[in-house]
Amino acid sequence: MNLDLTDDQEALRATLRDFFGKESPPEAVRAAEPLGFDASLWRKAVGLGLPSIAVPAERGGGGAGSVELALAAEAAGWSVAPVPLVEAAVANDLLVSLPRAAVPEPLAARAVAGDLAATVALRPADGDVARLVPAGAVADLVIALRGEELLAVEAAGGTRGAVPNLGSMPNLGSMPVADRRLDEGEATVLATGADALAAHGRAVLHWRLLTAAALAGVAAKALGLGLGYVAHRRAFGTLIGSFQTVQHRLADDATALEGARLLAYEAAWARNAGLPEADALAEMAFLFASETAFRTASDSLHFHGGYGYTLEYDIQLYFRRAKAWPLLAGDRAAAYAALARRLYGRPYGTGRDDASEGRPGPATDTEG
Amino acid sequence: MDFAEPDELAAHRAAAREWADANVRPEWVAEQLRSGCHQTPELHALFARDGLLAAGWAPEYGGGDVSPGFAQAVFEECTRRGLHFDGWSTTTMVIRTIEHVGTEEQKRAYIPAALRGELLAALGYSEPDSGSDVAAARTTAVRDGDGWVIDGQKMFTSTAQVCSHVFVLARTDPDAAKHKGLSLFLVPTGVPGYERRPIHTLGGQVTNATFYTGVRVPGSALIGGVNDGWNVMKVALVYERGVGNPGTMRKGLAGKLGAWASATRRPDGSRVLDDPSAAERIGRMAVDEEVSRLLGLWMNWRAAKGGVPGVEGTMSKLFYSEASQRHYSDALDILGAAGVLAPDAPGAPAGGAFERDFRAAVVTTIYGGASEVLRDVIAERHLGLPRNRPGKGGP
Ligand SMILES: Cc1cc2nc3c(=O)[nH]c(=O)nc-3n(C[C@H](O)[C@H](O)[C@H](O)COP(=O)(O)OP(=O)(O)OC[C@H]3O[C@@H](n4cnc5c(N)ncnc54)[C@H](O)[C@@H]3O)c2cc1C
Repeated sequence: MNLDLTDDQEALRATLRDFFGKESPPEAVRAAEPLGFDASLWRKAVGLGLPSIAVPAERGGGGAGSVELALAAEAAGWSVAPVPLVEAAVANDLLVSLPRAAVPEPLAARAVAGDLAATVALRPADGDVARLVPAGAVADLVIALRGEELLAVEAAGGTRGAVPNLGSMPNLGSMPVADRRLDEGEATVLATGADALAAHGRAVLHWRLLTAAALAGVAAKALGLGLGYVAHRRAFGTLIGSFQTVQHRLADDATALEGARLLAYEAAWARNAGLPEADALAEMAFLFASETAFRTASDSLHFHGGYGYTLEYDIQLYFRRAKAWPLLAGDRAAAYAALARRLYGRPYGTGRDDASEGRPGPATDTEG
Repeated sequence: MDFAEPDELAAHRAAAREWADANVRPEWVAEQLRSGCHQTPELHALFARDGLLAAGWAPEYGGGDVSPGFAQAVFEECTRRGLHFDGWSTTTMVIRTIEHVGTEEQKRAYIPAALRGELLAALGYSEPDSGSDVAAARTTAVRDGDGWVIDGQKMFTSTAQVCSHVFVLARTDPDAAKHKGLSLFLVPTGVPGYERRPIHTLGGQVTNATFYTGVRVPGSALIGGVNDGWNVMKVALVYERGVGNPGTMRKGLAGKLGAWASATRRPDGSRVLDDPSAAERIGRMAVDEEVSRLLGLWMNWRAAKGGVPGVEGTMSKLFYSEASQRHYSDALDILGAAGVLAPDAPGAPAGGAFERDFRAAVVTTIYGGASEVLRDVIAERHLGLPRNRPGKGGP
């Protein structure tokens, strides 16, 4: 057992903090709204090789592991960087993990090199349309499950096939999500049948794992913003940070943050080591980090008082994303239930987990 | 990073099971439930006979050559069989404290006696009017020739039913500031002026109020310096909170309840686990248990690296105690009406274990540092927020 990062990982973490701190300050995050994409920051992140940091070196990636990738996601979350780092990393990993024969080499190579920004649709397509695809408004390549096929669709002629979804306000997280048509552009079938379902399931779990790391970063920064505020604001003649209610909620948030971070790292470590519990840990990390980031951001916003509700203060940037990012993967309540069934009941990850599958049988307990 | 937890006790488990098969009598569990005393003298005598208490201690203080891993595995096996030995836990805290702050003479007298199973010490910190604010103790100790005379009352002196001593926090300088006039004494029970009355709890545990009326103790009963009791308490509390026990959550409620929910069908034939609301709550338990386990590991990792057990232990205790209260409450809800059945009642799900543990979870946010006090500690020491209570030296 060793719960410390290696020296190299510590150094990477510091580098990443510097990079995102400098290149993605709140002004840059605001300037990238409403779309939620900063093309110049993305070029720099690609230049550092971040989206393919965990792709094997012989496939053109950085050859690092899942923990390093999680550190990158955490740093990006910490600065709510307007770049599709998680999405591209998941897509790149998926492309190089499929049998080589199934993926045209130029496609994988261009994605890994960052010439193509790729993403994965989290839900099976609705007919020919993949709905609410994360980074769908900016990705060149979308990987989606359509029926029993896993498709990679490269948008034609820069149109991206994206259906804009901007209302009068940006979406809650100012995220570049969009519906994507799968019948426009150039489509490649990457896998079919059970292989397609399994590969897609793995990619979605990977997205959840990296989003967990990003949300741990969101929670850390949201806590820091709250602490910074309550240490200076006065009411009733004293610092609001000396009120016990304020202290206790922040103490609970700080405790949960340690847990969220440890769990995200553990899940990354387990994925890297190929352990059987890796999938369950990724799910757990996602659920816990989602709750922690939202609660922390919401407490922090609340302790800003009325200023927390204004767009001028940074906490709103974190609050909106803490709610919106994990929501793209659906309702957490259902995910908790699926996790319990996975651990204690029927096999999981089959993509079907509605209660109707429970076959009636003899009652063993009358009350239940 | 490497989260694989080495199972240092694996090599000892089979031998520990054999030890327990040969020595542990099932009626002891029933007896602990009946009496509410979380310490069984017969079992303790066997621990002593086989050198389990002395494992890991230096020979000059009565230590023996039984492997500490084996001793730990036996303790775990006994816990698994439903036995408590809280009196030994408190005694360990006391003799570890003596090892740090005691005189050589005290170490050579008290520690070997404890390792032979003859000395058992309960903790006498809390009083009727002070618990969280432990330094507000009002019990007094007044010099009397070479010795001391102790007067006052302690509350919640757990396992004092069977203890030879109580580790009493007393005020030795009533004029000094609150934290500066305290000292600790190892007071024998069963001496004139000592009295004990049982206190019954909703978890079935029976703890005690202990009374001290003109109790005379020799000078050797004073542990640590006169009026230096607060520093002695700091050592003792490190052992109390530092006894890192992620195992507290490893009881695995989620696993037990999940297995029950997977095997149990409702009258309409559906499995309980197919009820989305029940499954959701069980899923939450599984996540919280993993977080608790990690916070416990984190605390132990920091401690093993020589760090002072600090805020990690506080976070770990806060998280698991709060989480386990939520979980046991949810568990009873999921069981439905049968959730009210006590252990051994006919038809109690899982032999009533959920109901029993629901009761036990109630106290975990109160003792060993109440949650509010732990949150204060985190806010001050980890988050750097201003102290919100009257300062030390105050009234
Ligand atoms: C079963 C059991 C066994 C025990 N065994 C022992 C033992 O062996 N030896 C021993 O010495 N003691 C023992 N205790 C006592 C235990 O340590 C105390 O109950 C505990 O410290 C709380 O003190 P109290 O009961 O006086 O509550 P109080 O300190 O009066 O607290 C009451 C409430 O006020 C809250 N509170 C207190 N201070 C603050 C604050 N600063 N800010 C906000 N809220 C606050 C608390 O969180 C709590 O909710 C035992 C208790 C129980 C129930």
